[in-house]
Amino acid sequence: MTLTTEPPAETTTTELLHFSDVAMTFPNGTTALSGVDLTVKKGEFVTVVGPSGCGKSTLLRIASGLTPATAGETNVATKRIGYVFQDATLLPWRTVQANVELLAELNGIPKKTRVAEAAKAIELVGLAGFEKQLPRTLSGGMRMRASLARSLTLDPELFLFDEPFGALDEITRERLNDELIKLFTEQQFAGLFITHSVSEAVYLSTRVVVMSGRPGKIVETFDVPFAYPRDPEIRFTPEFAELAGEVSHALRKGHS
Amino acid sequence: MTTTAPPTGPVATNPKIRTMSRASDMPKRRGGRFPSWVPPVIVFIVILAIWYFVSYVLLDPARSFLVPAPHVIIEEAFLDPKVLGDIMGALGRSAGVALTGLAIAIVIGFVWAVAMSQARWIERSLFPYAVILQCIPILALVPLIGFWFGFDFPARVIVCVMIALFPIVSNTLFGLQSVDKGQRELFQLQKASRWTVLLKLEFPAALPAIFAGMRISAGLAVVGAIVGDFFFRRGEPGLGSLISNYQSRVQGPELFAAIIVASLFGVVVFLVFGWLGKLAVGRWYDYSK
Repeated sequence: MTLTTEPPAETTTTELLHFSDVAMTFPNGTTALSGVDLTVKKGEFVTVVGPSGCGKSTLLRIASGLTPATAGETNVATKRIGYVFQDATLLPWRTVQANVELLAELNGIPKKTRVAEAAKAIELVGLAGFEKQLPRTLSGGMRMRASLARSLTLDPELFLFDEPFGALDEITRERLNDELIKLFTEQQFAGLFITHSVSEAVYLSTRVVVMSGRPGKIVETFDVPFAYPRDPEIRFTPEFAELAGEVSHALRKGHS
Repeated sequence: MTTTAPPTGPVATNPKIRTMSRASDMPKRRGGRFPSWVPPVIVFIVILAIWYFVSYVLLDPARSFLVPAPHVIIEEAFLDPKVLGDIMGALGRSAGVALTGLAIAIVIGFVWAVAMSQARWIERSLFPYAVILQCIPILALVPLIGFWFGFDFPARVIVCVMIALFPIVSNTLFGLQSVDKGQRELFQLQKASRWTVLLKLEFPAALPAIFAGMRISAGLAVVGAIVGDFFFRRGEPGLGSLISNYQSRVQGPELFAAIIVASLFGVVVFLVFGWLGKLAVGRWYDYSK
């Protein structure tokens, strides 16, 4: 795991994820995605917003290899992929420490190394002191932190987030957004984040991609000009409001 | 957050039975000021009172052997070293049969369930037979088992196994299959092998259901041991044949004493397996849910 605190390098040409004309039709005939072109480069944090059921999550499943696309080309340039699910998906019988070690353990990393890596990741997400706790004793936000830490142990180059904070309350969600920005600037992964919150999308990302309803298509893309690290207060600036307004507008247009 | 929610509860388990020992955790209703052990003790005293009433008032003295009063049972059976010795010897033999049968049922049931969880076609081929096993009145098979395997220890153990097998199979299978989809995908993303998924995900996730199944099966194994004994009256008597003997010799107090011991044995087995389950998974799994 890299622990450098430099800001992410200027957008380089390293494409970590590339979708070209990707489509997904389920066996029952439903078309979830059609004609999706999307590239995520190193140093980018791309957020996909769209109405429920527009295939946003399917996009992540295709990127991670959980579900193969039915058409188009998907290129993933790294094997180090972090995947954060909607739920924390912690194993209830494992302590926080053992949960965070899980992925390294499944990848056959020796005990000593993975213990150290897990400890570092736990520290990074602010869960130090909770290592011996079981998931049932943690709050929703803390479980999500543990889930983030678990993926961090893989030192991901490409980090996929499937509405990870959707179930959390507003305050917890905003705090975790800030922590995520901090992780992004420190760890320099490429992020692909799914959400249905416009404000979360604009706040987190370098780029916001708006998808239409079924079948999911990319209808508009917005570059977010704000520099990292971001001050939570930018949410209340006119520039932020204007951009969020445009994204919302595109979202409504795509939905109708 | 719903992911970490444990399996909703093993099949073939009555939730009321599972929460029985947790009276103290239940929401306070009326009468919550007594310690939790007080109400059952009051009920016990009421039962004793009714018992005495039946024994001394309702029954003609000449027929009071039908329901001997509790103190008579204690004096004439439990305090009689010969009777107590007979009952305890029988208890030991029945316990040996029940626990051997249970152990074999656990092993067979577990292997059976794991095999079914590994492939859909194995499940499709084998599950109907688990259900059939459950539907056959085992009592109807007992004479056949005696016919084939003789009337001694092995035949009795086979009866226990057949009676105790189904809850282990169905609960283990249910537990293995109740794993959360997200957790499965988590393993899938790391390209974990079938064996790793079984060992590190499915088996631990199934433990609460497995223990719930074991507790049911333990109770059934006790029933099996006594039933088997009723039929196969060979060799030293177990609780079943002892009860049957006392009944045919019209030995009321002894009959009651043997029945009480058999019941207590069932209760103890149930409690021990409940306790074992709590010991194994109580740390992370809340059985009262």
